[in-house]
Amino acid sequence: MSGILLLEQSLNGLQFGLMLFLLAAGLTLVFGIMDMINLAHGSLYMVGAFLAATFAELTGSFWLAVGLSLVGTALIGMALEMSVLRRLYARDHLSQVLATFAIILIANELVRIIWGPQVPLSTPPALAGPVQIVPGLDYSSYRLVIIAVGLAVAVLLYLAVARTRAGMLVRAGASNREMAIAMGVNIKRLFTIVFGFGAALCAIAGAMLGPILAVQVGMGESILILAFVVIVIGGIGSIRGALVGAILVGVVDTMGRAFLPALLREFLRADLASALGPALASILIYVLMAAILFWKPQGLFPARG
Amino acid sequence: MKRTLLALATAVPIVFSAHAADKVKVGFISTLSGPNAAIGGDIRDGFNLAIKLAGGKLGGLPAEVIVADDQLNPDVAKQNADRLLKRDRVDFVTGTVFSNVVLAIAPQVLESKTFFIGPNAGPAQYTGAQCNPFFFVSSWPSEAYSEAAGQYVTQRGFKNVVFLAPNYQGGKDAANGFKRYYKGKLAEELYTKLGQLDYAAELAQIRAAKPDALYVFLPGGMGINFIKQFVASGMSKDIQLVVPLWGSDQDIIRAVGDPMLGLFSLGHWTIDLDNPANKRFVAEFEKEYKRLPTGYAASGYDTGLLLDASIRKVKGKIEDKEALRAALKSADFKSVRGDFKFGANQFPVQSYYLQVVAKTADGKIAHKTMGTVLTNRGDAYVQDCKMK
Amino acid sequence: MRRWVTLAVAAAAVAFPLVAQPLGWDFYIGFASRIMIYALAASSLNLVLGYGGMVSFGHAAFVGAGAYTVAILMAEGVASAWIAWPLAVVLAGALAAAIGAVCLRTRGVYFIMITLAFAQMIYYVAVGMRAYGGEEGLNLAARSAVGFGLDLKDDVTFYYVVLAILAAALFALRRAMDARFGRVIEAIRENETRMEAIGFPTYRYKLVCFALGGAVAGLAGALLANQNSYVNPNLLYWPQSGALMIMVILGGVGYLYGGLIGAVALLVLEELVSGYTIHWQLGVGAVLLAIVLFAPQGLAGLLARRRDG
Repeated sequence: MSGILLLEQSLNGLQFGLMLFLLAAGLTLVFGIMDMINLAHGSLYMVGAFLAATFAELTGSFWLAVGLSLVGTALIGMALEMSVLRRLYARDHLSQVLATFAIILIANELVRIIWGPQVPLSTPPALAGPVQIVPGLDYSSYRLVIIAVGLAVAVLLYLAVARTRAGMLVRAGASNREMAIAMGVNIKRLFTIVFGFGAALCAIAGAMLGPILAVQVGMGESILILAFVVIVIGGIGSIRGALVGAILVGVVDTMGRAFLPALLREFLRADLASALGPALASILIYVLMAAILFWKPQGLFPARG
Repeated sequence: MKRTLLALATAVPIVFSAHAADKVKVGFISTLSGPNAAIGGDIRDGFNLAIKLAGGKLGGLPAEVIVADDQLNPDVAKQNADRLLKRDRVDFVTGTVFSNVVLAIAPQVLESKTFFIGPNAGPAQYTGAQCNPFFFVSSWPSEAYSEAAGQYVTQRGFKNVVFLAPNYQGGKDAANGFKRYYKGKLAEELYTKLGQLDYAAELAQIRAAKPDALYVFLPGGMGINFIKQFVASGMSKDIQLVVPLWGSDQDIIRAVGDPMLGLFSLGHWTIDLDNPANKRFVAEFEKEYKRLPTGYAASGYDTGLLLDASIRKVKGKIEDKEALRAALKSADFKSVRGDFKFGANQFPVQSYYLQVVAKTADGKIAHKTMGTVLTNRGDAYVQDCKMK
Repeated sequence: MRRWVTLAVAAAAVAFPLVAQPLGWDFYIGFASRIMIYALAASSLNLVLGYGGMVSFGHAAFVGAGAYTVAILMAEGVASAWIAWPLAVVLAGALAAAIGAVCLRTRGVYFIMITLAFAQMIYYVAVGMRAYGGEEGLNLAARSAVGFGLDLKDDVTFYYVVLAILAAALFALRRAMDARFGRVIEAIRENETRMEAIGFPTYRYKLVCFALGGAVAGLAGALLANQNSYVNPNLLYWPQSGALMIMVILGGVGYLYGGLIGAVALLVLEELVSGYTIHWQLGVGAVLLAIVLFAPQGLAGLLARRRDG
């Protein structure tokens, strides 16, 4: 197994993980502070991607489109929060699951009606080619940019949460909501802002992943599951947990898919290995999650005391 | 309440009209949503064009095409087929894109003694012992493209090749076909999940295997993403990419553009084939739909021509299944591919061409025929089929 | 009043195929069978979720397990329903017991997530089983053989078999919930801590409930495999679990006929609306949202309230 292969797969895992982090960060805040399971988070990711595609077509600039999509999705998210989701905070988890599942159905169809089942979104032409990282490894420049953006957001988020007043309120709300209310925090406004912020993060992820995957109806569902796995592993309400969890999931999933089949071929018959390999690789992160829940039921970095 | 009754009423088929052959109903189950929607759309457009050019008729009978979207989901396809067979009572079922859908719905279509004409996927299962008088494939036997690719890769002298396909029937057939004709070393045999869009992990493995050529069997949206990511990874200058016809078709060319120039592909049809039927087809398609046709559209169009000729041959008496089958089998029409005939197992026997993606005289990007790789090729299993 | 309605519905159900055939509604006999099978699956989830209060987001795995059991046995040459169906029930129940044993150690949202995780694992196992179709799924050569001169290939015969099984299951559910087991389970749902304090082995009761729900789901799966003559991993994908949950809440969580009403409502709604527009999911989503926000007791709850108030 060459060093180059290992390096490349590590970069792949990191890239995947950082995008998951963008989704997981918003999700974990909403869950941690508002105690709400929001399945519609994946729909915001989808809306972000579609908006980015439209703006890219209109303005001709990829980065401008990302920025506009960010704002647009945040507004949509806040509108959603104020109109519908607000009523669910007091309800039980089952109701939240079902209501937000309903929103997924509605969002999918609305997007289909407005845009159609799919829209194209391309990488900015400047980033369509590779960049040489080490001799022998020309890595996609676009993916490197994704990693850069992901890291930048992570740093900004850390600064925002740890160093600003707003961030302090967020942490207070996550760790003990009743106390925060008692201390006079305007919880309603805080929730709306947090939600809008989470939606903005989703939009960045959707817009950046759009050119690699496909901007299509239903794209939120597959990544939503992974985002939940991440926050459960990381600890609900903790951004640090979301980052660690996301990178862990990204790397384990990528490495598993890349190396497990080959590893199995060493020990098992070829056809058995090629049957088991991909299946086991897909299951790996769920096994990881189950194992972590078993030993640390609150996740790795629980926000609540 | 009234709407419910109305809905129920319209759902009930008109019971007392015994099925008189005053029109022909075609059930068209295809993939019309998701990243591969373009394929289904192309087949449908080609098929509809054939009907339009025949004056809205097939073989002289007014044609009604009932379209259903299978969403690349065999479950949904089965329900569509159920509805088309039991409620709408169609005479033909066609339109299918992917082999997993074909395998899911074929049993019920064949059991109801309705003719199934696969315009795209032609799974290898039905070429041999399981061949069935009601099962036709108008496109190509599933392994054929990959056989041609294996032949070409061997001819070019490539010695170290990587194979990539999704992990489903079509992918397996591709592997069998490719390995039958490719005589060199297979550095890696990679299988991806059907519908997978991010190929970063596989690209890393390809890079590590250092092949001199790469044969990739990825239809639709999967192919688009792979080629874009392949180019972005920098490997396209060192590794010769070989794909089946539709791995580099107009949809992908539209999405990827110039980086596709120089890509080799194998197909049963090229846009510049020099025969009257093809010239008419390409011109009419461009006029009607404002875009260049793909191999899928050509297949859909040919299927329409096949039905038209066969129904005309039995003079509209489509209830006579024996005669209709004989008519279908004789394939008495001028295909856009040139010569076309069915083998004993009702799969096509035809030639496969080498194509390269190049700029045309008027600056567009399209395929150019470079030669013939396999001539009069059927498939490897026809001897197992016991039909006459 | 309710007795009368139940009898009327039952009579209509029995009479339906006899009326449908002369009208040429053959397609709808199969459709009705499908509704009843989903009603069975939804009722099994109702037991776990409605009565038991356990929000299991992985219930489709047990339906799938039952379905695959029948399909795999058929592929291996075992066609008898008397072997395949009980085996489907047992295997699905055992799977549920195993998964439940692990999941029930967690609470709240973690429970929901871990049931989902296990369901996804089973989904990927099904996809990985190339020998039994993998991604393509597996066609059944024929429907299960029941004997007694009955051929399940006949849609009408199949309809009555399904009807009989559904009726028996609902009857059993009623008896179980009226009995001590049902009372304990509902009490645990209301306040688990208190039941623990009193001295009930709540974990064991919940596990039995979870396993029973899984077992009945397996039976629904066996019937589903027969209905389609086909199984594929999509049966196990998580939105399927979501669909079952929708049926339960639509019909009424914790009401005896909640699963049945929900299945009928959702599938009929789907069929009607999709006749008009491909955007039927919009309607379903809106209805569901409205119910969650304004009528949390579901349709059965609405009916009950109208009767009382």
